[in-house]
Amino acid sequence: MTMMKKLLASAVASTLMVGGAQAEISNNTVKIGYLADMSGTYRDLAGPNGLKALEMAIKDFGGKVNGAKIEVVSADDRNSPDTSSSTVRRWVENEDVDMVAGMVASSVSIAVSKILEENDRLGIISGSAASSITNEHCTPNHIHYVYDTYPLANGTASAVVKEGGKTWYMLTADYAFGQALESDVRQVVEANGGEVIGAVRHPFPTQDFSSFILQAQASGADVVGLANAGSDTTNAITTASEFGLTQSGQTLAALLLFLTDVHALGAETAQGIQLTTGWYWDMNDETREWSDRFMDETGVRPTMVHAGIYSSTLHYLNSVAAAGSDDAQTVRKQMMDTPINDMFAKNGTIRVDGRMVHDMYLAEVKTPAESKSEWDLYKILRTIPADEAYRPLSESKCKLVKM
Amino acid sequence: MNNSVNSTDIHKAIVAEQKAQDRKKMMVNGVLLLLLLAAPFVLYPVFLMKILCFALFAVAFNLLFGFTGLLSFGHAAFLATGGYTTGYLLSNYSGLTTELGIIAGTLAATVMGTAFALLSIRRQGIYFAMVTLALAQLVFFFYVQSDFTGGEDGMHGIPRGKLLGVLDLEDNMNMYYVVLAVFIGCYLLVQRIVSSPFGQVLKAIKQNEPRAVSLGYNVDRYKILAFVISAALAGLAGSMKSVVFQLASLNDAHWHMSGEVILMTLVGGMGTLLGPVVGATFVVNVEYQLAQGPLRDWVDPILGGIFVLTVLAFRSGIVGEIQKFMKKNLG
Repeated sequence: MTMMKKLLASAVASTLMVGGAQAEISNNTVKIGYLADMSGTYRDLAGPNGLKALEMAIKDFGGKVNGAKIEVVSADDRNSPDTSSSTVRRWVENEDVDMVAGMVASSVSIAVSKILEENDRLGIISGSAASSITNEHCTPNHIHYVYDTYPLANGTASAVVKEGGKTWYMLTADYAFGQALESDVRQVVEANGGEVIGAVRHPFPTQDFSSFILQAQASGADVVGLANAGSDTTNAITTASEFGLTQSGQTLAALLLFLTDVHALGAETAQGIQLTTGWYWDMNDETREWSDRFMDETGVRPTMVHAGIYSSTLHYLNSVAAAGSDDAQTVRKQMMDTPINDMFAKNGTIRVDGRMVHDMYLAEVKTPAESKSEWDLYKILRTIPADEAYRPLSESKCKLVKM
Repeated sequence: MNNSVNSTDIHKAIVAEQKAQDRKKMMVNGVLLLLLLAAPFVLYPVFLMKILCFALFAVAFNLLFGFTGLLSFGHAAFLATGGYTTGYLLSNYSGLTTELGIIAGTLAATVMGTAFALLSIRRQGIYFAMVTLALAQLVFFFYVQSDFTGGEDGMHGIPRGKLLGVLDLEDNMNMYYVVLAVFIGCYLLVQRIVSSPFGQVLKAIKQNEPRAVSLGYNVDRYKILAFVISAALAGLAGSMKSVVFQLASLNDAHWHMSGEVILMTLVGGMGTLLGPVVGATFVVNVEYQLAQGPLRDWVDPILGGIFVLTVLAFRSGIVGEIQKFMKKNLG
């Protein structure tokens, strides 16, 4: 069936080529589906404000692509891969959605990317962390835009070791994600001449971190690395702050932490934590200008995911316009051929495995004294160049790389 | 003389009424069947299959909760075990046809159900519920840790394959009718169980356990059997779900799922046959419709509100209330 469709499509395309290179936008509409957690744990980092960012991008683009109108549909993914997969299936099979944006939980992103591959549509994943999305789960139909766990481990760990944090103690969420992160960190720390002197695994999820934090404190390590995410990370940070971990000379290194998390914790609690981020609103005039507009719309400062949704949607629409088509493969090729230069990324490029590689930043949470306003939370310590940040293609397990 | 004539008349009247009721039931069931057969031409088949899988899950749960009076808070474990087992086998052994995968998943859930039952049946009421919850949490952590489940990422790309090596299930319509057939088969099975002498004993246990004991029934055995059948059907629902969606995820093993099935059963009407089906349809629909619309930020509070409202005002659920209404107003 899909084979037939592809053949038919290419036949139609070649006829059109002969007839004057006139490519097509299907139904004279570019339809974008925004799928994200609108009501659960991951609401703040993408959620309804991500939809606002997407709409901003469409407005800035002008509302139309080559005369074709742009439509948006959106849905809550409920953090459930089966809810998401039935939603996206209906979108692509019955409602002609051309591109799906957003996506946070890794199980959701992987499930959706399989459906997009089956139906040859495009997905741009902005919220997910798992690096497996462009590794063993890569497809020719999705792009992973903002960040993944590889630079989080790599960026934070190598930078912290280089700055003198030689001995590490790991606090790891006891499931696949945490363990993978811990082993990544361990490798990076050891490669840079540091040492992991101990580790403790906590169940997922955990509310009470006091015994784990006490063990970390007693270890005497320079750095306490948090290989966990979401509420586990924020709970661990709160407890560490109550026990005065950072004040007593140890550094906390969080691997996955969003601006909204830090904002919720407050500078008092989160001060001194080092983390890697793909973007920060207060980096330069361009980012500030966009963030001000975003804040007018939503009342909060954007996370890197919000900025990524804006940037990727704009890049997508530009590519549709340039290619004159909304066919997934044509647009993806166009997106790969054009470097991304906007307020989100400088010279960002999309690789064959679908990974968008761009500079990442090592940041430290400001102390209350340094922080001048509610959202003035990070100071950027170092820029991690794109080629250093992401997993090199030579180590990739992606089927598209070997082809 | 007169008396005996009267009693035969009464007997005849009862039989006639019974027949009329049966006919009414048959008609309702016939209409429902026709609707189900025609549904995929109007509605989206994958969505309908989701409803059917959850309806089967709720029917399985209701057999234990509604008819035997045992509140298990660990049914997600069976749903997930069915799903993961089927998913793992179908993904890794390409020679396996789909129905074998589904049967294996169901068996795995049955075995787990037996173990759960043997341990939990020793306690009653809230302690029973807590033991099942604790066991289900153990199972959840096992799946979180295991490599074969893909942990947080979930298990993806499970092939639907061919039924008996012949019928291509990649086609949504074929898949739908297979799921529908399995669902109807299970529904009839539960109907048969409930109206059998065995089912009567289960109801007796629910109403008055000491009395059932005093009548000489080995109550524990009945409970264990009901638990195992319920677990097996829940596993079957999970197995089919993993084939339909081609994925199995931790959501199915999470205690939220055990809670959701309670919600479905209560909203629909526990202790009625059709209740859990209606409840599952209702809950899946509400979740789905809300997730698309402007109220999508409020899905959980709204579902919570519905739950509270049902428990406070409509104890017998949608189907139960309708039955009551019919009895009161239409004789």
